[in-house]
Parts: sequence; C-alpha cells; structure tokens
Amino acid sequence: MPDLLLELFSEEIPARMQAQAADALRKLVTDALVERGLMYEGAKAFVTPRRLALAVHGLPGRQADSKEERKGPRVGAPEAAIQGFLKSTGLASIEQAEVVKDAKKGEFYVALIERPGKATTEVIADIMPDIIRTFPWPKSMRWGTGTMRWVRPLHSIVCTFGTDIEDPEVIRFEIEGIVSGDVTRGHRFLAPEAFPVRRLEDWLAKLEAAKVVADRDRRKAIILNDAKDLALANGLELVEDEGLLEEVCGLVEWPVTLMGSFEERFLDIPDEVIRATIRANQKCFVLRDPRTGRLANRFILVSNIAATDGGKAIVAGNERVIRARLSDAKFFWDTDRRTPMADRLGKFDNITFHEKLGAQGARIGRIVTLAQEIAPLVGADAALAGEAARLAKADLLTEVVGEFPELQGLMGRYYAQHENLPPEVAAASEEHYKPQGPSDRVPSAPVSIAVALADKIDTLVGFWAIDEKPTGSKDPYALRRAALGVIRIILDNELRLPLRPLLVSAARQILGEEHYEHNPHDALGVESFADRLVGEIIKGLTRRLAHVPRGEESTAAAGAERIEGATLSGDLAADLLSFFADRLKVHLRERGARHDLVDAVFALEGQDDLLLVVRRVEALADFLGTEDGRTLLAGYRRAVNILRIEEKKDGVAYKGPAEAKLLKEAAEEHLAAAIETVKHQVSEEVKHEHFAAAMGALSHLRGPVDAFFDAVIVNAPEAPLRANRLKLLDEIRSATRGIADFDRIEG
Amino acid sequence: MIDPALLPHMRPDRSFQGLLLTLQTFWANQGCVVLQPYDMEVGAGTFHPATTLRALGPKHWKAAYAQPSRRPKDGRYGENPNRLQHYYQFQVILKPSPANLQDLYLQSLDAIGIDTKLHDVRFVEDDWESPTLGAWGLGWECWCDGMEVSQFTYFQQVAGFECAPVAGELTYGLERLAMYVQGVENVYDLNFNGREGAEKVTYGDVFLQAEKEYSRHNFEHADTDMLLEQFRMAEAACAKYLAAGEDGERHLMAQPAYDQCIKASHVFNLLDARGVISVTERQSYILRVRELAKACGAAWLKTEAGGGAAA
Ligand SMILES: Nc1ncnc2c1ncn2[C@@H]1O[C@H](COP(=O)(O)OP(=O)(O)O)[C@@H](O)[C@H]1O
Ligand SMILES: [Mg+2]
Repeated sequence: MPDLLLELFSEEIPARMQAQAADALRKLVTDALVERGLMYEGAKAFVTPRRLALAVHGLPGRQADSKEERKGPRVGAPEAAIQGFLKSTGLASIEQAEVVKDAKKGEFYVALIERPGKATTEVIADIMPDIIRTFPWPKSMRWGTGTMRWVRPLHSIVCTFGTDIEDPEVIRFEIEGIVSGDVTRGHRFLAPEAFPVRRLEDWLAKLEAAKVVADRDRRKAIILNDAKDLALANGLELVEDEGLLEEVCGLVEWPVTLMGSFEERFLDIPDEVIRATIRANQKCFVLRDPRTGRLANRFILVSNIAATDGGKAIVAGNERVIRARLSDAKFFWDTDRRTPMADRLGKFDNITFHEKLGAQGARIGRIVTLAQEIAPLVGADAALAGEAARLAKADLLTEVVGEFPELQGLMGRYYAQHENLPPEVAAASEEHYKPQGPSDRVPSAPVSIAVALADKIDTLVGFWAIDEKPTGSKDPYALRRAALGVIRIILDNELRLPLRPLLVSAARQILGEEHYEHNPHDALGVESFADRLVGEIIKGLTRRLAHVPRGEESTAAAGAERIEGATLSGDLAADLLSFFADRLKVHLRERGARHDLVDAVFALEGQDDLLLVVRRVEALADFLGTEDGRTLLAGYRRAVNILRIEEKKDGVAYKGPAEAKLLKEAAEEHLAAAIETVKHQVSEEVKHEHFAAAMGALSHLRGPVDAFFDAVIVNAPEAPLRANRLKLLDEIRSATRGIADFDRIEG
Repeated sequence: MIDPALLPHMRPDRSFQGLLLTLQTFWANQGCVVLQPYDMEVGAGTFHPATTLRALGPKHWKAAYAQPSRRPKDGRYGENPNRLQHYYQFQVILKPSPANLQDLYLQSLDAIGIDTKLHDVRFVEDDWESPTLGAWGLGWECWCDGMEVSQFTYFQQVAGFECAPVAGELTYGLERLAMYVQGVENVYDLNFNGREGAEKVTYGDVFLQAEKEYSRHNFEHADTDMLLEQFRMAEAACAKYLAAGEDGERHLMAQPAYDQCIKASHVFNLLDARGVISVTERQSYILRVRELAKACGAAWLKTEAGGGAAA
C-alpha cells in the first residue's frame, strides 16, 4: 500500500515549539484522513529547526465508493417539496428516485445516491491547505506581502505519494504561491543545494547525506551519547539536563559536540550560578568532577556544523562569551555579598506585590507575624521563625536572582550562610518555596515549615480576599500549587495543625491592612479597637471589592451586604477550607484513596485538621473493607431510606433519642442500649483520635441493627410507637456522624 | 569573504569603521537608501523614523544606517568588556521582507569575514517587543559561536497598527561584531581606524572617557527635576503638534510630533537609570510613551509617505 511523505520547509522554528508541532501535524493529518474514510497503518512525524515533516504509511489508493439511501417526500407531495428533494440529492428528475411502500406512511420516494470514492492524492491535496492555514502554532506571523501565517516564513513543501515499487506521485496543492513538489534542501551551511526526494526512506537517507538528522529522538540520543563520551574521555561526568537537551536538539540539524573550558578562578562562584549562567545564556552543558563532586571548569557545547578546522574557532568563540558571562556572574556574586540581606529589606516597601494587595514589604510583615504564630504549633522557635520569614525574600533584590530568577531561595541560603546567620534561617530561605512540583522535596525543618506555611497561606488568603481564585484551567498565581504545598507539608510531617484559625489570622491581617491605609490614625493601639473596627474593616473591604470609590458609602452599603457573606474573614476561611478539601481530594485520589470517603469526612462540621481528616479517611476505608463495615453500611442505608421516606410523608424530621418507655420489643431495647454505648465509645475514641478503635466500636452496632430490622416493624400501626422507632433510626444516623457522613459514601 | 581589493586599513576585520563601511556598501548594493543616524538620542535604531514610521503603511522601503544607541542603564563606567551605555547599531529595514532575507543577512556576515563553514551561526528564537513603541515582531537573535551579534525581526505591529506588508528588520551590534572579527576581548581595544603604530586609534581613545562621564551622569547626576519637566513638556508638545497637524483626511505634522515621542522615551530611560521611577510608575510611563507612539503612527498613516493621502 502507498505511503505519504510531507515536508514543510521553513526558516528556523523555535526549539520550544518543535515537539508539539510534530504531534499536532501527525494528529491533524491522520484525523483528517480517517474522517474521510482513509485508514492508515502507521504515522511518524519529524521535526528539525527548519522542517516539519510527516510520513503516513499503508494508505489505500482511494476512498471506498459509498452508497446512501435518502428518504424523500411522499408520492404526490407538493411540487416545492419534490424540487427541494431533487436539489438536495442531485437527481435530475423524480423518475430517478425509487418509490417505496410503507404500511403506515403510504408511498414515498427514496433516492439512491452513489458516490465514487476519490483518489487519496486528491483528498490529501484538498485537506492540506486548510491544515497549514489553521495550524495551531503558539505564535505565528505574516511575512512579505502575504497574508498567510506560519511560525516563521514557509519556503517550500514536499508532498509525495506512492509504493516502494513505483515512482511516487507528487501531490500538488498551492498555498500563497508555494506549490508543493518533491524538492527539499539539506543543511543550511553544509549542504545548501536543492535535491529531489521520493519517499520516506529516500528522504531520510538523502537528508542524512546532506547533514541533516531528521529524527528528533535520534538527534537527542546522538547529543547525549557524544556528550557523555566526551566527558568520560576527560575523566568527568556530564551533568544531565533533560530540559536543555530538549532545547539544544531543537537548535541543530547536524549536532557536533565540542568541549571548552573556562578559568578555574570562576569556580569560586556557586555551582548553581555557574550552571545557570552557562545554561541560560549559552545553552551549554556543565560537567562534574567525580573526585570532588563539584563542577569542573569545562563545558560542552553542541554546534550545528562540522567545521573545517575541527571546531577550534567555535570553541574559542564560545569560551570568550562564557568568560564574559561568568565575569558578570562573579561580579554579581561578589557585589551581592557586600550588602547584608537585612539592609535590602527597606526596598520592598516600594515594590508592589499585587496592585490590590499592596507592597511586598507589607506582605513580608504579614508572613513574619504568621510564621511566629505557626512556629510553636510545629515545634519551631518563634523568634527564629520570625527572623527567617523576614529574610526569606531578601534575595529577590540581589543581582544574581535578578539575572536568574530560578535561583531564588537558593541564593538566599548562600548569602545567609555567608553572613553566618543561623542555619535554620539559611535553610528556610531556600526551603520556604518548597514543594514546587510533585517531585520536589517537602521541607521538614520546623523553621522552614513555619515560613513555608505562612508564605503559602498569606498568598492564598490574599488572592481569596481580592477574589482572584483559580477558575477552570486559569490559575495565574499558582494557588492550587500553594494549597497542595500546604497539604503536603502538613501530611508528610504529620502535623496537627487546625487551619481555620490560621486562615482567620491571615485574613485579618490582610483585611485590616486595607483599613489602616484609609485610617492611619487607627493604626496605633488597634488591637484594643479590634472588635469595634471589624465592622468598618468589612465595609472598607467590600467597598474595594465592589470597586466603589470612597465617598460613595451609601451605594457601597447596599453592595456591602451582598458581598459581606463572602468576605467576612470567617466565611472567607470557610470558602478557602473547601478549596483545601478539593485539593486534598485530588491529592489523596492520586494516591489511590476514595474521594467519596474524603467527602464523607469533610462533610462533618469544622474539619480543618488535614492530618485528622486523612486518618479518619484511612480508618473508614479499612472499616468499609471488613464484613462488619459493609453490613453496617447496608443497615445504615436501610435505616436512612426508611427515615427519608417517612419524613417526607409526614413532613417532619425525626430526631432522636427515642423514649425508653415506648420501646416495646426486645430488639428495640437492645438497639437503643447499643446505640447509647456505641455513641459514647465513638466519641471517646474520636476525642483521643483513635479512629480505628472508633470504627471498632461502631461495628458493635451491626448485630443490633440487623436484629432490629429482622424483628421489628418500624411502621407500627400505633402512631407513638412508629414515631419512636423512627427516632431510633435517626439515632443510628447520628451515631455514625461521629465518624463521617455515611450518606456520601458511594458503592 | 572579505573583498581582497580593500586597502588594509579599510578591512572589516582590522578596522571598526571598515566594518561599518563594508556593511553600508553591502546593503547599498541591495538597493537600500543609506541614511545617516537620526539626530536625536534614541535607545535603538528602531526608533529612527526611517524604521518606526516607514514600517507603517503600504509603501515599499529599503534603508540602512548606523544609529548611535543610548542605553543609560547599560553604563558600566567603562569597566565592562562588551556593555556600553552608548553603542552603535547598524540597522537595515526592508519592506516588504524579501524571501531571501536570511540569505542576504548571511552574505553580509560573509562580507565582513565571518566564514559560515568555520563558525557556528545560529538563529535562536527571540521575539522582539518594544512596549514603548507599541510594537512587536517575531524573529531570532543571531548567534555566532555563542555570541549574540544581531537581532532579526519580522515586524508584525508598530505603534499598535498591523504591518502590511511586513518589514524585515536587521540590527547588528557593531561593537560585538567588530570584537568578533578583530578577535579582541575588550571593546575598548578595538582598532577604530585600521591603522597601526602611532596612527592607530582605538575605540577606547574615542569613547572610554565618554563612557565614564555618561555613566556618572546617567546614574548619579542627571538632573531629575529637569528630566521630569522635559517629559511632561515633550508629552504636551507631541499632543499639541498632532492636533495642529490634523487636516481632515490628512495629517501635516506627523514627524515633528514623533520627535517629541522619541524625546519622551529617552528622558524616561534616563529617569529610569537614575532610579527615581518606582515599579508601579514605570508601567504608567511606558504606557504614556506608547500612547504618543500610537497617535504618531495614526498621524503618519494619514501622510503621503504613510500611504494615506494622495500627493
Ligand atoms: N549595551 C550594549 N552594548 C553593546 N552592544 C549591545 C548592547 N546591547 C545590545 N547590544 C548589541 O546590539 C544588538 C541589538 O541589541 P538589542 O538589545 O537586541 O536591540 P533592540 O533593542 O533594538 O532589540 C544585540 O544583538 C547586541 O549584539
Ligand atoms: Mg536582543
């Protein structure tokens, strides 16, 4: 069966877009083919800086013919209906239609439309211009006098179709004056001449001869192997860097790996800074000396040509640039260490964190307060945590971080160490940003934990207060990551840390601050006024949220009431807690926990202690895995179902406890007594956080509940008895409530 | 390959001015009008009306010129080997961008002695944007053995207007290229006039003192009260000239108004270097300059050269 070869030859495609573009091309073309009934055996996309290509193999030569029966109007229908039918089916006259009889509808026309399949080449020529015009580049451009868009100017297109035994056919189509053909070019400098190509194998072989490795994965493998070999040959180790490798393989068609060096004196600079300098600016790899574990004064560059002098000039040029870059970096590193971190802090007052959340300086102040509050709860020294929080962001103002934002935190650690600050403070500078991603380390040192939590909670509460919550795929302030960070820090460190009070403190600082801005004279002694001020604070905030300028309080007041509910620090905390619950669900689900159990536990009042929530969920899951658990759940459901039906019928809610004197049957009495004991036991165990034991206690209900349903008719004819039994059922419900909301359990 | 007929002191690999002249000759041969620098302080060759304004409108245009570029914040008191607060850009603008623009660029490198079989020349994604000009385009920074030597851009928008046809812009960093082809480590060691011995004049002889003086000026002494006032005056004058030039479908004074936009932009750069503009104000200054640029662009499109008015 024939194969398709397609190549779009252009000016240099940005490295970061190449892999995605290759996927998109494969998907767009193969989807369009399949949609038109053209199935294929395989497809592979290729991408280099200058070409985006696709091979689809095992395509049929043409589409299958198709037959379609189209029902028309009944015989004797009005002329207009008949004409419409002829037009839509393409029949010349109604005589060409068949007449079909139907028992119900009588006689009506049916058109038999036969469509011969088109040649695959024709289909491809049809679909390509559209795919090219609407190709999903993240950014595209126009050029010259044209109107079409591509990532960079498009120069030529190869499109051939055929089997390996015949000369392939060129599929012709045109787009903005570019006519597809069978001619391509090799490497920009090493083999610039044009040449014709036939099919995939031919294309690959000729390109290889013309110094182009078309397969992206192969280029990557070549670079990685050569770089490792070169390192090894010099007694060094390559510092592997997948991101850089991805980028570099998108910058070359003919990778040639070379090694250069820089003066040893630059090794005074921290390894991470050297690496960032060489990586970001020069896109070179760094090397490690296995004897010291530190970086060596060497680097590996990947050039795009096999130079006539073996690469000497290229290495020399790169060495010169790297020397200049490293002397800049060294200059920054030396300058930064001359100013103590604390001396930089004043500047934060003039740096806006977010226009609605004020200056970075104020934010740091809040983090300090919050970190001090958290410290005793996580076993950290409050003064130390406060100091760490005060300095944690100071490195943002250093030259090195200005140049390499990705080194934030880490540089803080270096500078703090340089100043001989307490090791906890240095560690917190780096660790308070963690965990960043799923594979990132979670801080475990108490001071780092206090600062990390304070930082994240202030961020979350702040953006909640100005109503910038994440929506759908939009989360510009990475609030989901912040919440997940809080969750992981708490769970991994097994911290007992009720969140609600912390959220409220954070909210009060943020909401209050706005107030202080408007009423500076209140700033002093505000603590004693706090209660009286709360009302005004809310007003100030709602005014801001409603975007009502000051002086229009009366309109604000109306809006204030509306928004009040959502902005009171308490309700804000509640809203934020449910966000935490959602994030926790996602987190636990990823670890295989049942999300319905998380829901069941969160449905209980006041669940803001994440560790306890998780322990409950675990205990509940274990319990439901046992015979006792399953049977009890079934009994519970039976009780609740009956209750629900009867409550609906009567229009009342039955609330326990049942009255002892109305308990007639032994099974009833037995159940009532069991509930009494179990309730007590459960609440005792829960109080001591022995959730497994609480479940054990709960399991004692199983027998009595089963016996009750076996022996007792709930809907007794005597009304008082019936009501009392329903109350007893409610008692079953409330006994389980000490553990979770069993209504939310699925399955 | 460097033209072997050139006298030794005119060779681009021996003389800074030789490099400039070679590029001029090369682009003159491509049909460009070779202009002189604009007679105002600008941050980049792009600000020259021959680029900003001429990139707008339907008329074809090819120009090349050297432009002293002032980057007050890049001042290093003469201590950095390749960063200057005043340096030369060589600017080429071709509208519409020809299909062989990359080849032409590579040929120009060849003419100044960069052999692409020996050196690693690369086009690395770098999308250009000038927030003050309301302009952006896609293109690359051009690397030679890891050194960024030029900026290559296909203009998509200028002064907030779509560019159609699209202009291609090349910006060569002359000092860095010269260091490259002369093989010197420090910009101040560049041979400026191509002579040797007593007759040799270096880049340092010409500019080192100026770099030191202007660094002091830019960071420490530039009169901020005056500059703040100048910004306001330029902004007001720009608006005034734009209003005065309105003539129904036509505009009669787009270029004088644009001069004031350039002025405001440079004054802003100086204020920025002096550190008197806070982060929040910074954005609003940029927006103010952009508004001027947009209004000037709109006016230009109503002029004859802008293609908006019949002669
Ligand atoms: N401060 C400087 N001193 C010397 N050369 C510079 C300086 N800044 C940039 N260059 C050179 O000028 C070229 C164009 O600079 P760039 O900042 O990209 O210009 P633009 O602002 O016009 O985009 C760069 O490729 C670089 O070689
Ligand atoms: Mg640049």
